[in-house]
Amino acid sequence: MELVCPAGTPSALRTAVDAGADAVYCGFRDETNARNFPGLNFDAGEMCEGISYAHKHGAKVLVAINTFARAGATDVWHRAVEAAVAAGADALILADLGLLAWARRAFPEQRLHLSVQAAAATPLAIQFYVERFGVKRVVLPRVLTVTEIAAISAAVGCETEVFAFGGLCVMAEGRCLMSSYATGQSPNMHGVCSPAAHVQYRQEGTELAARLGGFVIDRYPAGRPAAYPTLCKGRFKVSGRAMHIFEDPTSLNALALLPDLQKAGVKALKIEGRQRGKAYLAATVTAFRAALDALAAGREPSASALAAFTEGGRETAGAYRKTWR
Amino acid sequence: MKLTLGPVLFNWPTPIWTDFYARIADEAPVERVVVGEVVCSKRSPFRTDVIAGVVERLERGGKEVALATLALPTLKREVAEIVETAEGGARLVEVNDVTALAAMAGRPHVVGPFLNVYNEDTLGELAALGASAVCLPPELPLGSIAAIAARRGNTDIEVLAFGRAPLAVSARCYHARAHGLSKDSCRYVCELDPDGLLVETLDGEAFLAVNGIETLAAGVSVLGPEVADLARVGVTRLRLSPHSCDMVAVIETYRDLADGRIDGAQLIARVAAQALPGAIVNGYVHGQAGAQRTLDAVWA
Repeated sequence: MELVCPAGTPSALRTAVDAGADAVYCGFRDETNARNFPGLNFDAGEMCEGISYAHKHGAKVLVAINTFARAGATDVWHRAVEAAVAAGADALILADLGLLAWARRAFPEQRLHLSVQAAAATPLAIQFYVERFGVKRVVLPRVLTVTEIAAISAAVGCETEVFAFGGLCVMAEGRCLMSSYATGQSPNMHGVCSPAAHVQYRQEGTELAARLGGFVIDRYPAGRPAAYPTLCKGRFKVSGRAMHIFEDPTSLNALALLPDLQKAGVKALKIEGRQRGKAYLAATVTAFRAALDALAAGREPSASALAAFTEGGRETAGAYRKTWR
Repeated sequence: MKLTLGPVLFNWPTPIWTDFYARIADEAPVERVVVGEVVCSKRSPFRTDVIAGVVERLERGGKEVALATLALPTLKREVAEIVETAEGGARLVEVNDVTALAAMAGRPHVVGPFLNVYNEDTLGELAALGASAVCLPPELPLGSIAAIAARRGNTDIEVLAFGRAPLAVSARCYHARAHGLSKDSCRYVCELDPDGLLVETLDGEAFLAVNGIETLAAGVSVLGPEVADLARVGVTRLRLSPHSCDMVAVIETYRDLADGRIDGAQLIARVAAQALPGAIVNGYVHGQAGAQRTLDAVWA
């Protein structure tokens, strides 16, 4: 299985490649990619240099242009596709039907991957993208069990890629507007979720209140460490009872499931976290590289201590195990 | 401006669901009614015996019926049901996922708000695949709606004008989770909440509503004064999403607005008098957070 690693910056790209990534994914410094965070991403020159560095070391670069193009401004997304092709991207990761159609027409030879933001979760849906746009790989949404992933991998005419580690979207990706409901900014339109500019921490008596767009996402008594107020990881009141109604603060870790995912026919494993630092990247890429090498050599991959890099120090196998639902 | 009554998104007990549509068939001045399950396939078996009668009664009442499809199919059985609906052929199908789009294989259909149609290029793709109407995602501001509608050709452009906006779908059932149950042994607890289960902030502020695997806004989108602007930029249909309040009265109010008998402010006053499940919001179309309510003109 191919190890696909995040590169939020040119320096992260080099870190990932040096740590053993088979491929890195990255995006341009604008709203065309789903990690449009301040201080992240690549300009056209950096993209060329990054791709050249990766290729020199035998790694591929996949360029994510995976937000949904803004009506009346689709040329911004077209220019991003052109720049990625010109830079020598090994594949483009797209989600928008209109952009897929445009890219296929403009660059018939360019390899296209279907982004997780398209949330294609059935063989029928995936085949649609394969047949209509010539998609060569689908990044599967994080809503499927390993059994379902195996069935899909066997049924579709393209490779499958799944998330192996990192922040866990509990909603079907590309189909969540909760962030824009609270802040006006969404993953689909702006490439951001629960954006920092709309976050406010305020000490209120003995508690620290974390707000997003004015809505209280959690309250922390003295001594309990405050987390970033990502909307779906918040604590809310349901029928008068405070609870994490959507998801506990936790991270996906499928390291223990690698043999199952390989048997399921998965072609590539993706580590989430273009917004994360170098320490996270080096540790996760190294751990998964070792696990994959062990697997390839017929050994059991050893469980690795990645807990330091999970949210709240907790991890889950997410939807890969059916009980999560 | 034509009116579409969206599908009932909630798990209403079958007798209530059937009575609701009987009254819509007989009394509601609406052109199109979308019927069927969108959120959870576990609910569908309860309506298998009655849905044909509901559809026939709506058609006798002069309504065009579109059959709903699931927003997030994952099980084989769910895909098979979608294919069966698509190949049925006798009635219009509303597509809510690329699975259903693929199953339609170019046959005429309409597109619901769960498919990501954010720009004119995507609209063009869908029109080429046979979409005769497209309901846009609820988060689009008027400028985007206008840019899409400007290139609509023969495709109807529909915008949610009444109801809690659908915000997300997930593999996980939040109703079950709220009751300490799993999705597979959910005991159909979603039936307890005809407009969704309210999610409040820790400070008691209404925020979201969960409905099985779906999350909606707690606020109720109500567009009134904005409708004239929507019509001006080329929107041809308004979607009214069913709630437990008097939907015939809501539909009549929008009919009065569409026919010029009342203005947007009068519409808001009449709709606000209904037993709405939440506060009125309209932020999205104004380019603001969806939870906002503004009285400003839409272009402001």
